[in-house]
Amino acid sequence: MKYLHISLVTACLVVTNLSTIAQTDIDGLVMEKNAFCVGPMAGISSWKNYREGTLKRDNANLGTVSTTSFNLMGNYGLSKKINLLFGVPYIKTKASAGQLKGLSGLQDLSLWLKWKALSRKIRRSRLNVFAISGYSFPVSGYTADFLPMSIGLESKTLSLRAMADYQSGAWFGTISGTYVRRSNIRLDRYAYYTTEMHYTNEVKMPDATSFNLRAGYRNKGLVAEAFADTWITLGGFDITRNNMPFPSNRMNATRVGVNFKYDLPFHPVLSVTGNAFTTVAGRNMGLSSGFNAGIFYVLDFSPKKKTISGKTENTWP
Amino acid sequence: MKKSLLQLLSAVLLLLSSCAKELTETNMEFPALQPASTDPNAGIWRPILLTAPDEFAITAPASVSTPDYIAQLNEIKSFQATISRAEKNAVRYWSAGAVLRWNEIMRELVARHNLPPYQLADGTYPIPSATNPLAYPQFPFSNPPYAARAYAYVCAAQYDALVAAWHYKKIFNRPAPYTADPTVKCLIPVSTLPSYPSEDAVVTGVTTELLKLLFPGDQEYIQLKAEEHKRSRIIAGANVRSDIEAGEALGKAVAQKFVTRARGDRAGTAAGTPAIWAQMEQDAVNRGELPWISQEAPKRPGMLPLFGRVKTFLFDSLTLVTVVRPAAPPSTGSQQFSDETAEILEYSRNPTRERLRIAHFWADGVGTYTPPGHWNEIAANDFVKQNFSEVRWARNLALLNMSLMDAAIACWDAKYTYFNPRPSQMDPRIKTVTGLPNFPSYISGHSTFSGAAATILGHILPARAGAYAGMAREASVSRMYGAIHYRSDCEKGLETGNKVGGYAIARARTDGAE
Repeated sequence: MKYLHISLVTACLVVTNLSTIAQTDIDGLVMEKNAFCVGPMAGISSWKNYREGTLKRDNANLGTVSTTSFNLMGNYGLSKKINLLFGVPYIKTKASAGQLKGLSGLQDLSLWLKWKALSRKIRRSRLNVFAISGYSFPVSGYTADFLPMSIGLESKTLSLRAMADYQSGAWFGTISGTYVRRSNIRLDRYAYYTTEMHYTNEVKMPDATSFNLRAGYRNKGLVAEAFADTWITLGGFDITRNNMPFPSNRMNATRVGVNFKYDLPFHPVLSVTGNAFTTVAGRNMGLSSGFNAGIFYVLDFSPKKKTISGKTENTWP
Repeated sequence: MKKSLLQLLSAVLLLLSSCAKELTETNMEFPALQPASTDPNAGIWRPILLTAPDEFAITAPASVSTPDYIAQLNEIKSFQATISRAEKNAVRYWSAGAVLRWNEIMRELVARHNLPPYQLADGTYPIPSATNPLAYPQFPFSNPPYAARAYAYVCAAQYDALVAAWHYKKIFNRPAPYTADPTVKCLIPVSTLPSYPSEDAVVTGVTTELLKLLFPGDQEYIQLKAEEHKRSRIIAGANVRSDIEAGEALGKAVAQKFVTRARGDRAGTAAGTPAIWAQMEQDAVNRGELPWISQEAPKRPGMLPLFGRVKTFLFDSLTLVTVVRPAAPPSTGSQQFSDETAEILEYSRNPTRERLRIAHFWADGVGTYTPPGHWNEIAANDFVKQNFSEVRWARNLALLNMSLMDAAIACWDAKYTYFNPRPSQMDPRIKTVTGLPNFPSYISGHSTFSGAAATILGHILPARAGAYAGMAREASVSRMYGAIHYRSDCEKGLETGNKVGGYAIARARTDGAE
């Protein structure tokens, strides 16, 4: 039980980011059955330099492009092994220079099913293996065809992730790999040029993979970890010299960051969480840095137990 | 539970692998051209630059009973006996029409090169060089005026070359290979049109020759297309090699008339000089107006300030200045100007989804085939349904594109005569939902192009006139939704475009094709 809050809140750490690195449900924890964790998260990220293809440049007609997000996220324990998670962000973009208008709106609703498929005790450590499936789709009619001011890429995505989490004492490491199937999108125009002319409003969106590595300290009331992740678009094309970005560009990014979660001692069902990251490598994307902060509340819908303060059984580790 | 989850996972995997992503593109669905009429008398239609349809002579073809001709028939039969899938695809692709396909290729070249050069370290901008087209910045920067002129020259030259071809077809009256020898298959719709010289090769010859001037850095791509085109006609059984050779030679000869005109039409000096730019700005100040300034960083010289002096196709320079040029815009100090700026601020603040859709549908900005290209696509999609002959296709596209080029000239003449600032220069709170063009505001290029195109297209296809006018109005207002133009820019742009289109109608009525 001592780890309950950790799992409740950390499992909520669903950061959907305009940078297209959907740092989705990526941790090695699960919620108890009938527990529901929900809360808002706000974040800001920005970039001044970006990669035009592989060329690093800035753009005096954009200045610094910033993205502010307000996310509502939640995680419900369908069982002690299966969690249902969701997240939906409101996004606002802005360029500090030039004439382009920032856009804003609700972006994509993401849903995940997280299944703890395997849990093995190895002496005093524990290994958990997860399979996670996600689906996301736009919840407003925003346009992807106004990058870098668009609030998203419009694609519906279906993702499948394998993840392993190993904890020994208070120290842990988590590794995962994800394949993201992306649906084609439709523009407001019926002709566009990629590396050749296309006469349709439909754009073929290449699939993507991502890999995530995180490690750190995880104990009662506190998680502190460092992470590295990479998003690799499997295809697409490079932005040509001094051209505008396009949704089906080959967008890649590698980020590093830190992440923490802390249970407020005076209230056992409130937790605060935050993270910060920076982009260390990329292609056809802004080299963004940013941070997010959130607060989460845990509710227990369990019929037989009244407590929400952590008296339920926890198998962790 | 575990079992059902496994089933769910495998269902997800199946979904991941099965959703089709292949695109259906309208231009790949075009049917083979099957003209309703071959326009057998098009040899007497009025050409644009040719003094007469026989200005360039071609040799008489060999008789169909000569060994030379029979050898050429055997070449077709050999091709057809071993036809590959790629060859079948090429035959199918080119069967949609030579004028149509080369128009598409042009649009692709324009989109590829429609990129403003990146600045140099000292904050100035390099100018693309036609003599070194592959070095950065690549030549050309096919912005809307450049593109309008390129489309116009190619289409007008195709028209003249095809008028000449029709003239000779009627004289020589050589039958198509499949008519001369019934054992030659025809892989495309049969035609009663005489096959010498090949109309397809005429189009390829005239177009490739002009593209050497207009897109000198893309020769490999253009020549590959040309070879595929000519070969596809032989493989299809539609032409023997000598039809092709005579057609290509005729096309190249006609092209020279247009190359000569292009070299002397003043487009080469349309970029102007720093002294001219400064003078234009000073002239506006002297008139008591606030002059346009570039809002790019670093400041970029306005796009082609002297394009308004390029030689027009449909009317003369006096008419341009005295009849076509719109009256001055509202003074930058007037209440009307201030009201019109406030109207654009409202659009900037409230980009509804529908306004965004319209702004983006018509944006045709950087990296696209430009507004003239958009109107070519609109026309082509409608012309495909009309079953025009190649020569009528060329005539109609020539009328459209001469209108678009003259619209560009008229519009640029107004822009740099009045040197009027953009809304976002007047009120920095105005942010745009489409790229801000780097040239003066009055009059709107999109409106002028669209007014001209809708007018001539409405004449060519009267049943669609209302639809075209509606599209032009939407294209025009899209620039207000984009927050880059005032209402006056758009309304006067449409009016000016309509006037230009009227000159194309006048030509259409007297060119012998109606």
